[in-house]
Order: sequence, then structure tokens, then C-alpha cells
Amino acid sequence: MNAPLPRPIVFRRPWYSVALERAIEALIMVCGISAVILVGGIFFFVFREAFPILASPNFGLGEFLFSIEWYPTSVRDVRYGVLAMIVGTLAVTTLAMAIAVPFGIGGAIYLSEFCTPKLRETLKVVIELLAAIPSVVWGFIGLTVVNDLLITLFDAAVGLNVLNAALLLALMSLPIIVSIGEDALKAVPDSYREAGVALGATRWQMVYRVLLPAARNGLLAAVLLGVGRAVGETMAVLMATGHAVQIPTGLLEPVRTLTANIASEMGEVSQGSEHYRVLFTIGVLLFGITFLVNLAADLAVRGRRR
Amino acid sequence: MRALLSHRRLAVGALAVSVLGLAACGEGGPAPRAVLLNRGSDTMINVAQAWAEAYATVAPGVSVEVAGGGSGVGIAALIDGTVQIANSSRPVKAAEREAARASQGADLVEHVTGYDALVVYVHASNPVRSMTLAQLRDVFAEGGRLTRWSDLGVQHGTCPRDTIIRISRQSSSGTYDYFREVALDTRDFKLGTLELNGSKEVVELIAHTPCAIGYSGMGYATDGVKMLPLSNGDGPPVAPTAQATLDGSYPIARPLYMYTVGQPAGETKHYLDWIHSPPGQRLVAAVGYVPLPVPAPGPSGAPAPEAHP
Amino acid sequence: MFEAGPEVRRKLGHERIAHLVLAAVTMCIVLPLFAILAYLVVKGWPSLSLAFLLEPPREMQTQGGIWPALIGTVYLVGVSLAVAAPVGVLAAVYLNEYARDTWFTRLIHVAVINLAGVPSIVHALFGLGAFVLAAGLGQSILAASLTLAVMTLPVIIASTREALAAVPRSFREACWNVGATRWQTIRVVVLPNAISGILTGVILQVSRTAGETAPILFTGAVMYKAVDRGDVFPYRLTESAMALATHLYNLATQINGAPDSLQFATATVLVGAVLLINSTAVVVRAVLRSRRKW
Repeated sequence: MNAPLPRPIVFRRPWYSVALERAIEALIMVCGISAVILVGGIFFFVFREAFPILASPNFGLGEFLFSIEWYPTSVRDVRYGVLAMIVGTLAVTTLAMAIAVPFGIGGAIYLSEFCTPKLRETLKVVIELLAAIPSVVWGFIGLTVVNDLLITLFDAAVGLNVLNAALLLALMSLPIIVSIGEDALKAVPDSYREAGVALGATRWQMVYRVLLPAARNGLLAAVLLGVGRAVGETMAVLMATGHAVQIPTGLLEPVRTLTANIASEMGEVSQGSEHYRVLFTIGVLLFGITFLVNLAADLAVRGRRR
Repeated sequence: MRALLSHRRLAVGALAVSVLGLAACGEGGPAPRAVLLNRGSDTMINVAQAWAEAYATVAPGVSVEVAGGGSGVGIAALIDGTVQIANSSRPVKAAEREAARASQGADLVEHVTGYDALVVYVHASNPVRSMTLAQLRDVFAEGGRLTRWSDLGVQHGTCPRDTIIRISRQSSSGTYDYFREVALDTRDFKLGTLELNGSKEVVELIAHTPCAIGYSGMGYATDGVKMLPLSNGDGPPVAPTAQATLDGSYPIARPLYMYTVGQPAGETKHYLDWIHSPPGQRLVAAVGYVPLPVPAPGPSGAPAPEAHP
Repeated sequence: MFEAGPEVRRKLGHERIAHLVLAAVTMCIVLPLFAILAYLVVKGWPSLSLAFLLEPPREMQTQGGIWPALIGTVYLVGVSLAVAAPVGVLAAVYLNEYARDTWFTRLIHVAVINLAGVPSIVHALFGLGAFVLAAGLGQSILAASLTLAVMTLPVIIASTREALAAVPRSFREACWNVGATRWQTIRVVVLPNAISGILTGVILQVSRTAGETAPILFTGAVMYKAVDRGDVFPYRLTESAMALATHLYNLATQINGAPDSLQFATATVLVGAVLLINSTAVVVRAVLRSRRKW
């Protein structure tokens, strides 16, 4: 009866196991903050290469932002004005969105509300594959197919122009708009739909009276992410815009974008030269623009979740 | 649960294999060979590559690695000592010579390896017959007045909008530099000129664009485009031909240079000698440039004239 | 009987029109994929063959195949994967399993979002400034792969996080209740159950990396490298390489005298490879999901 109680068995993990776990958790922590380090690093390294020109008295920020004259290698008068490229980027992006938004939102509505589940899965896979086509291939299509098409259809003086690039960008940003837009529509509670249907609304009435207003923020985020993709796209616009520095007066005029300008000129510029630093300054400008666009998209998404 | 665990093992295994494979690549590279690094002008990249490729069969122990980037980049790399041969479609500048003396303690030595003629191309359907350099300036240069084909006295039926579409190379390329210097008298291009990234792309786009005019190397001609004879001043128009390039009558032609630091020796010398030999020069013609006149100048290191032919 | 009144009939008419228009719009999004594929294959057909894949280019790249570019892309993708996959997965583990909702976590979240939105050409500038110049790697496979890794990191983080978040909390709690530590729980319960989502994300990263052009333009891709037919180890990690995407760009803009079919065949191989990898991801996801028990 009074036998001594058995000593409790205590599993003690060996010290090295605990140490290993600590090490792994430290590693995980470091990886976790890697994104912050990298974003900081990107800004730091791009800004570092740009800084000497920004600080130099020869460089006027006003001229940089508000002059259309881009003559980085001129023998007579070197000028670094990127206004035409800012306008070019805006023109191409705006037109691309004007094409992509109706199609993208329409596609999202169809996927989320109208088609059968089986068809939806198939279409989603196809749209995912569309998103996978590399941008250099889009550029190649612009150069070889769309170029001829625009000359034949519209008598365009040159087939590499705003419209050509906008068509490609629209196709490239459609998958993002469709998939994020569909998520946004799906996130609207079913009770909304049921309420609509109970009142005798058809599906279409329900979509456009109930779902679209309810999913407004999410759809806005989808469009903004599409904009981000279009602004940042490089190879396709390099090959399809015609790469001419000018303020376009029509859809069939060639333009140049900020991204394409860096890609085109960085390869041959000598390191540390003014031109090199100005190209990095354009990089800083682009970083800023896309940072704002993405932040706005993120805020829109959070607004939806709230 | 067991199935899931085995998936994990599979994934980890796959990762391990890929990492091991990479480690193997890192160490077990190709057998040691002599490597010649060759960098510079994009104009010359085709011919430089042709030489590199053919030389691999002539001298299997030597690997020639070619990169583009532009004449300035190649010369800068030569001055830094990161390449043995720089390709340049322009003569070196005095500042570059000094920089080489300062960092390498030797002079840059020039080797002419062939000639390039820049040709003004228009669409094959364009009725224009020839142009003067003055007209070319008025079409391309800032302040020039010619913007329509009818301004040149041409009724261009396949270009209904009549606009002249100007096609150029990108502003950092040697070809752009050379065209601006010789054809535009160092004036800047008009805004709105299309700047493309490759000599081939220029010709290809002209072949698909009836309204276009542009310039590119002689070797890039295709069936879809027409080469325009050019006249300088009051002289008769001269068609871009090998003969006209060599005798200097064609106004926009230039030598293709290779530079070394000091007189070349060893593998570098063998390579340059081979480039100047008949097999090397045949490749120059094959790529579409103009080979050196038959009694080739000294194999290497012959001081070349400063001026363009 | 109920007879549809004019108001209802109008309503149903609208419904039918809306359905048709939306279906047509969706087709307009989907059809270009097939049109592009068909066009590329038809135009590239004369050059497509097994030899095309395995042979090096010949005659100033106007003939022959694309082997050096193909194997170069494999190298670039492999090295960037070896860096981005572990870091990305661990980062996602941190965000999903360890981090509490503090200002710092929100900062990381914003950073990931913005990292994903940085244009590829800015990544290229970063790669040039940080890896090629500051780290002294020069233009090399290593520099280009690291640039690609930075670029694809947010994609992996996002997809892995989603996969981890899909593992029910009750699984973790069950494990904690038998005395397991956080890391043991992650290793034994969370990661194995999230593997399908993680794998899918990683495979998608591979396909994205394979097609990228701008980030490698000045960090490690070259126009030409002599590589023997089918040589699997032609490159050292410290030297530059050819890549499929830049090879297509060069064929389209620089390489003179190649038949058109060569460009289209190269584009076909690039698109084909990317779509094949993507389809693998779709299949992996479907198979592993069908085995999921909860």
C-alpha cells in the first residue's frame, strides 16, 4: 500500500535539439523580415546609383520632370527630360485599362455568377496560362503580328504605336483583373444574392444592383493591380510602342515609356556617367509610382475586408 | 498522414537533388581552355560572333567569348582589363588612350578588321530614287523641314498618310553616334524618331512599314527594303557597294576596329592574325560588311589612319 | 397558369443578353491564348525538332538550335529557385505561424505587396547596382539568378502563406496539446498539410522565372556562348550565360539573316516550356487537393 510512488518520467529534450530549434526559428525570423530588407535594399541601391546626379548642380529636377527633350548623348546640348515618357507611360496604360477593364470585369462576373462550376474551372486554368506567357513573347507578337495588323486595318503610318502596346498590355493585365475581380465578387456574402433573388431580381439585375456596389473596393483593387502591371511592364512595350520620344496626338503614334527607356539604354551606357545616373533616377521615379499604385490597391483590398 | 509525409519527403528530396546538381555544376565546369574575352560594338557583334564560332574549329583549345554593349563599353572594359579585345565601330578618343596608359601602362593598339557602310533604307515600294546628305539632315535632324514624302517630291502611293516615319537606333549605340556625326553633322535627331534596339529590327520594321526611312548596316539588307544611293554636295548619287566603300566615294562608311592594350601576343595575336587572313575576311563579307582590300595590311598593329575613309 | 407579363419578359430578355455578352467577353479573353499558340506553332513548325532543342546555334545563330539558351535558362531558374524557395517558404512560415499582429508585421506585409509590384526593370537596376557592382559578382549566372530570386520571392511568400493559412487551426492545437513546440508542430503538421499549395506556388515561380527578360538583360545574359550539343554542364555560376527569353529578343531584333521560322520556333519553345510547367502546377494542385482529407 505504501509503496513509493514511481518517479515521474520526464522527457527532457537534449540541449542540441533545443538549440537547433532556436537556430531554425532565428532563421525563419530572418527570412520573415527579408522582404522589408529587400524593399529597403532595392530603394537603397537604385537611389545610391542615382544620387550623385540628383545632388549635382548641372541637374535640374524641374527640367527632368517637365521637359520633353530627351537627348542623353547629344554632342551639342545634352538634355534629360522625361515628360514625354511619363505621358507615354500614361497614354499606353490608360488605353490598356480602357480596353481591359470592361473585359476583365465582364469576365469576372461571368466566371463568378453565370457559368457552370465545371466551365469555371476550365476557364480559370486557361486564364492562368494566359498570365504565364512571358512579356518578351508578347513583345514579339506585337512586333510581328499586331504591327502588320494595324497597318492593314487602320492605314497606320507605323504599326508600333500606342494602340499596339495597349492591346498587348490589356491582354497581359486581363488575367490579374479577372482573377482578383472574381475573388472580390466571390467575397460578397451569399445572403446578398439570396436577398436579391428573393425580391424577384434576375441574376443580371442582382449583379449590377447588388454585387457590383458591394464588391466595389475589391474590383477597384483588381483594376489598380492591373494598372501596376501595365506601368511596370518592360519588354512588351519596348518592342511594341515604337520607342519614340514625343507627346502622342493620336492612338496610332509611337511613344516611349519610362521602363522601356531604361531597358533600351542601360545596356550600352558607361557606368558612373551622367546618363547612367539619370537612368537610375528614372528607376527611382518608377519605384515611387508603382509603390503608390500598389499601396492604393492594398488599401482598397483592406477596405473590402473590413 | 503517411501519404502526406511521403509527399514532404519527396519535396525535400527534389530540393536536395537540385541543390546538389547545382553544386556539381559549380565545380565540374568545362575543361580548362584559354579564354579570350571580346566585347564592344553592337555593330560588330555579328561578325565578332562569326569569327568566334569559326575560330572554335580552327583552334579548339581557345574559347572566344563575345559580348556586345557598345563601343564605349568594350573600350572601357579593355581599359579596366576585363577583356583582351575591344570591338569598336569608332576610333578611340584621346581620353580613352590616356586612361589606358594610366591604368595599364600601355597604349591602345588599333586593328582595322573590315569596313561598315551605313545604308539609308526605305520600303521596297517607295518610289524615291536617291537622296542628298542635306535632304537626309532635313528629314532626320532637329529643325529639319522635311516631314512628308511629298516634301521630297515623291508621290508615295502605299503611304496614304504621307508622313515620313523616321527609324533610328537607340541613342547609346555606336551606329546612332556615327550616323549623327557624319550624316547629321552632329545635330540631334528630331523628337518622335523611333529608336530601335537592333540593326536587324530597323531593317525589318522598314520592310513592314511603307512610310518608313531608316539607316542600318549594309549587311542587313533584305528583300523588303531598298537601299538609297546618296550624294554628298553636288556630286552624283553613289550606291552603297563594297567598291564605293573602299574607294571612299560612298559618304557614310567606317572601319571596324579591334583594340588591344599594347601589341597583341600569344593567343590574342594568333586570333587577330587569323581574322586578317582570307578565312577571317571571308566571314566579314558573309556577314555583309566590306572586307579589307586583298593585300591585307600588316597582320596586326598596323597604325590605321585617324580619319574615316 | 402564370403568364410572363411584359415587364418580366423584358427582364428575362435583358438577362439573356447579359449572359450572352458576358460569355462573349470571356471568350475574347480566352481565345487569344489559343490563337497565339496556334500562330507560333504554325510559323515555327519548319524549324521545330528534337535537334532544334539539343543543338547549339550555327552560322552566326542563323541556323541550328537553341541548346545553350535552353540550358542557360535551366541554370538561371535552378539557382534562383534554390535561393527563393527556402527563403520564401520560411518567410511565409514566419508571417503565418510566428508573427503577431503588430506594426512590424504590417510593415512586412506592405513590403511584400510592394516587392511584388516593383517593375521588373527596377529589379534589373537593383541587380546591377547590388549584385553585379556592389557585391562584385559581375555579369554572371549568380547575379542574374539572385535578381530573379528577389523578384519571385513575394510570389512564393504569398502563395505559401495562403497554403499555410488553409491548414485548419485545430490541427495545430491538437499538436500543441500533446506538448509539441511551435517548430515541431510546423514541421510535422503544418508543412506536410500545406505542401500542395507550397509546391504549386514554387512551380509557378519557376514558370515566371523562365520567361523573364528585363531583369537578366544587364545582370548575366549574353548574346552567344559556344556550348557543345547536349552539354549539361557548360556554364560556371560565375560566368554569364545565354537564356531563352533574351535569345528570342536577340533573334527578333539583332541576329541577321535567320529564317523567320527560327524566331517563331524559339518563341514556341519558350511558351511551350512555360505552359508545360504551369500545367504541371495545375495537375499537382488537383492531385494533392483530391487527396486532402478535411
